[in-house]
Amino acid sequence: MNLYFKYFRMLLNSQMQYRASFWLLCIGQFFTPFVMFAGMYFLFERFGQIKGWDFFEVALCFAVIHMAFSICECLARGFDSFSNLVIKGEFDRILVRPRSTVLQILGSNIEFTRVGRLMQSAIVLIWAVRNIAVDWDFFKLTTLFFMVTGGVFIFTGIFILAAAMCFWTVQGLEVANVFTDGGKEMAQYPLNIYQKWIIRFFTYVIPFGCVNYLPLLYILGKSNGGSDLLYMMMPAAGILFILPCLAVWHFGVRHYRSTGS
Amino acid sequence: MKTYYSVLRLRLKIGLQYRTAAWAGIATQFFFGIIQIMVFEAFYQHSAHTPPISLKELITYLWLQQAFLAFIMLWFRDNELFNLITSGNIAYELCRPAGIYGYWFARLLSQRLSSAFLRCFPILLIAFCIPEPHRMTLPPSWTSFVLFLSALVLGLLVLVAISMFIYISVFVTMSPAGSTLIFAVVGEFFSGIIIPIPLMPEWLQKVTGWLPFHLTADFPFRVYSGHIPPPEAAMGVLAQIIWLVLLVGTGMFALKKVLRRVVVQGG
Repeated sequence: MNLYFKYFRMLLNSQMQYRASFWLLCIGQFFTPFVMFAGMYFLFERFGQIKGWDFFEVALCFAVIHMAFSICECLARGFDSFSNLVIKGEFDRILVRPRSTVLQILGSNIEFTRVGRLMQSAIVLIWAVRNIAVDWDFFKLTTLFFMVTGGVFIFTGIFILAAAMCFWTVQGLEVANVFTDGGKEMAQYPLNIYQKWIIRFFTYVIPFGCVNYLPLLYILGKSNGGSDLLYMMMPAAGILFILPCLAVWHFGVRHYRSTGS
Repeated sequence: MKTYYSVLRLRLKIGLQYRTAAWAGIATQFFFGIIQIMVFEAFYQHSAHTPPISLKELITYLWLQQAFLAFIMLWFRDNELFNLITSGNIAYELCRPAGIYGYWFARLLSQRLSSAFLRCFPILLIAFCIPEPHRMTLPPSWTSFVLFLSALVLGLLVLVAISMFIYISVFVTMSPAGSTLIFAVVGEFFSGIIIPIPLMPEWLQKVTGWLPFHLTADFPFRVYSGHIPPPEAAMGVLAQIIWLVLLVGTGMFALKKVLRRVVVQGG
């Protein structure tokens, strides 16, 4: 953990060297989800609601998933660009060091400019929380917090899986985008607007539904009959999701063949 | 002209090498397409008043966007060109006995063409075969189809002309990341990729009408789905030609300007 903070400081310092470029990129990152959100706003302006969900409920959904995604893109960037390490044979260097590979990859790159994205989703989150018809209490706020945390873990898990694929394919695979970008795109709306097979896949295989749709039902008081505790605990499934991903990663590391020179 | 043609052919062949990447892209785009369609389906289900574009037209529109993504995406970039500019190797490019604007234009055009060739047919094939509510439909008439084809080609040319400005701006800013990001965010929104233009509020539709972006991604697809009737479509094609001439003209002029003051970076 200590080591990770050292990596963190080091990377922050190095990226802060190009201050103007850093802030410009932050602002740019702010506007990427902003236009998506604006698009969503205009759609609600025209249609009013989506399958019984109103604007602020969906905005909360949007904010949770985008926050999780931006935190994950910021911290787990190393896994995202992992194929470069494999192609250049630099992963060998990491293997000979007496620390865990996961920690070192996490520390290899942190993308601080994603803070811009995070800001945007945080603003949406606050806006939605204040305007939604919900009496916020301690439990609901904790649930909200764990929804974001669970989301971060899921996205990180997918990034790790995609990176682990590089042990076999060397080149990074674009297919992973289906689950990262596609998952983000999909999970910004409540899951029940989709068809059965998508709902099932994203609840039981990749538990996006567990970090935003199901706990959201509890927060909004829409969970008819189900026990509240169960719904509150759902984000834990997102955190558990990372375990099999790590297992695949460690399996992959053992199969690694260097490409290096 | 012959030089540009051979650049085009060469680049097309290079682009067609990356077939696995294309398969991955097809899977991704198919997934995005189906997700978007389901979102709009859900919006349409309980709509109080009839939306300005029917669901059927919208589904066709969305599938076409996914199939021809390479024709409409502004963030589709050529990192080699950026490296040329920022590393100073631009000096070599200047030595070539061909106009740099035309050379790069042909190069960017062929990248998009090869990428679209590999991807559009499988996606269209799937989109025509999947079960009814999500299936893509044929254009309402032959005239619409012919107009669609010409609009698509012209739209592609307009898009490449716009994207030339990204590269030209890098001469000034020296930072490709910032330029592409701004162009991509603004361009994508106003070209109807985030939400289809007919679904935007009135005032925003007026704004997009004055910008060239909607001619690349929105206009051809609406012609295909029949949302824009042929007489109006013909006018749109005319607008595309005017914009194309305008964009290429200013692009060439701007490039000449920046090249006069170009600083060759590095040794």
